[in-house]
Amino acid sequence: MSAAEPLTLFEKIWRRHEVVAPERDGAPSVLYIDLHLVHEVTSPQAFTELDRRGLRVRRPDRTLATMDHSTPTENGVDLDRLRVIDGAAADQLDRLAESCTQHGVPLLPFGHTNQGIVHVIGPELGLTQPGMTVVCGDSHTSTHGAFGALAFGIGTSEVGHVMATQCLLQKKPRTLEVRVDGQLADGVSAKDVILAVIAHIGVDGGTGHVIEYAGEAIRGLSMEGRMTVCNMSIEAGARAGMVSPDSTTLAYLRGRPAAPRGVDWPAAAEAWRALATDPGAPFDRRVQIDGGDLQPMITWGTHPGTAVPVGGHIPRLTDVPDANRPSFEKALADMGFEAGEEMRGRSVDVVFVGSCTNSRLSDLESAARLLDGRRIASGVRMLVVPGSQQIKAEAERLGLDAIFQAAGAEWRQAGCSMCLAMNGDRLAPGQLAISTSNRNFEGRQGPGGRTLLASPLTAAAAAVAGHIVDPRELG
Amino acid sequence: MTTAQIQAPRFIRLTGAMAPLPVDHIDTDQIIPASYLKTTSREGLAAGLFAGWRGDGADFVLDDPRYAEAPILVAGENFGCGSSREHAPWALLDHGIRAVVSTRFADIFRSNALKNGLLPVVATGGLVDRLMTTAIDDPTAEATVDLEQQILRTPWGEDIAFTVDPFARRCLLDGVDALGYLRARLPAIESFEARHALPWDTRDVAARVSGGLP
Repeated sequence: MSAAEPLTLFEKIWRRHEVVAPERDGAPSVLYIDLHLVHEVTSPQAFTELDRRGLRVRRPDRTLATMDHSTPTENGVDLDRLRVIDGAAADQLDRLAESCTQHGVPLLPFGHTNQGIVHVIGPELGLTQPGMTVVCGDSHTSTHGAFGALAFGIGTSEVGHVMATQCLLQKKPRTLEVRVDGQLADGVSAKDVILAVIAHIGVDGGTGHVIEYAGEAIRGLSMEGRMTVCNMSIEAGARAGMVSPDSTTLAYLRGRPAAPRGVDWPAAAEAWRALATDPGAPFDRRVQIDGGDLQPMITWGTHPGTAVPVGGHIPRLTDVPDANRPSFEKALADMGFEAGEEMRGRSVDVVFVGSCTNSRLSDLESAARLLDGRRIASGVRMLVVPGSQQIKAEAERLGLDAIFQAAGAEWRQAGCSMCLAMNGDRLAPGQLAISTSNRNFEGRQGPGGRTLLASPLTAAAAAVAGHIVDPRELG
Repeated sequence: MTTAQIQAPRFIRLTGAMAPLPVDHIDTDQIIPASYLKTTSREGLAAGLFAGWRGDGADFVLDDPRYAEAPILVAGENFGCGSSREHAPWALLDHGIRAVVSTRFADIFRSNALKNGLLPVVATGGLVDRLMTTAIDDPTAEATVDLEQQILRTPWGEDIAFTVDPFARRCLLDGVDALGYLRARLPAIESFEARHALPWDTRDVAARVSGGLP
């Protein structure tokens, strides 16, 4: 490697983690994994596979488990109560706890003060750091790329591979730079940026690629905003999204439980800054978007690539290529919408603020600011689900829980909740939800339920109005 | 236990009928909804396969007795997008589907499928359309997917080349156990670790936030 060769952040991380280079016989690289995050849904079959082979988790010191997908978020429901109301969920939690004990894997279980959504607690603890490789049996592992880490979701077989070897067999992906220039207007958030990016490149536009987000609008985002953007990279088909580390990254990490301290801090900070993509580094593809033009966005269809401005309308049939019409018409039928209709003014039944996309403190603050002194419309149910117990505690210290409850919203325990409706928090058939989560797939939030994806601000505005509204109209 | 005793999934050649599913962007939540993931086993997941689309009638292709046994699924573009759940290929295989033909597969789904012996076959849009039409017109029409030759033989007798990642192909043809292959590289992994320090130990961090350490 010549010193003059400009490299991307991705390339620097890949080279530092390639244990074995691709072999002539077609075998892919052996890639080392620094941090393996584990949750209750995608790990039990991997633990079973290890047991079947008589293997142990090789590096429990580089593994951390928590419980988030199956956990109840209803206040007052503990594990004993869960055993009564949802035995299968309780069994899954018990199984994770047993496996972690058996293999010496640290666990932040349901009920722990640091439990939360796996992609919220990794950064919160300071475990996710620039230059690291991070994996989890969950597609939204891309979230951690906000720190300048290479982070991606894996299946359960690969969860077993990492448990047994701390490595994965990986073919090197291509790189895509998504540059968002300009300054975001007031009322336009990280969620609107990523919904616009996915609409632009397509729901499979990032397949086979790692995305690096760059440009003034990305630089101007907080770490929480960058996590929102990287989180939804998978919704464009990209397994990973990244942002080069900078002073925003360092400021977030400083003082976190796992962050370097004392004399180790300046050395780490210098090394992290040096990871940033070099000027002139080559990408396989580049896309540019003007951030100054972006509006609050909302999806109308059944995949995350269907976002339009909140003040916009569903595409007309004549806007859709012939080959895509059957899927377009199926999505309209599933949603009960007509081609060409306006999004604004449509009544909503449920508002969900939460998920690994938008459940961090700044997301809750954004919704609370709009709700402060207001009431949600009658007939609307609003759930606010913090991403972690730490965020919940901090929000309560700031009095956000009181604002939500005074407005008529439910303030709940931390977890994935209605994002994937696995834990009983779900839509009734036919209900229309505006959700700050990441997927509007058919039935994702409950069989027969319909989902519109938007930012916390747009979701809170809809809760107050009782229908879809541009949040800037409420001031 | 040695890795020689581990039975890795195999796929060499498959001939059978095709179930047409002309929907684009079929996500893994459709293949198996989250409510079916509350299990610690990988068995019996066919019960959740396309649970939101299956019903009492024959409206959905796999409810139609003419297609219920078809081992090849022909689907719209970007099959398997969304969640990383490996329950999706487990459910398809449990139902009896062993190959899926589409113009494009999502990355994680493809990786999961290949590790379980479910073959993702990438074909052009024109070929997928013709296979779909053929399967709709004649539910008994059979195709052959030959991984050894990397050839899809259509019901009308045409041989179409496709490609599969060479390592995944070798694993499926020879029954190579990918985890065993990785474990054979442990000496290289150990010497890498000797020069690759990390700034934290997750056990210490978890203990510290649990009040177990000062």
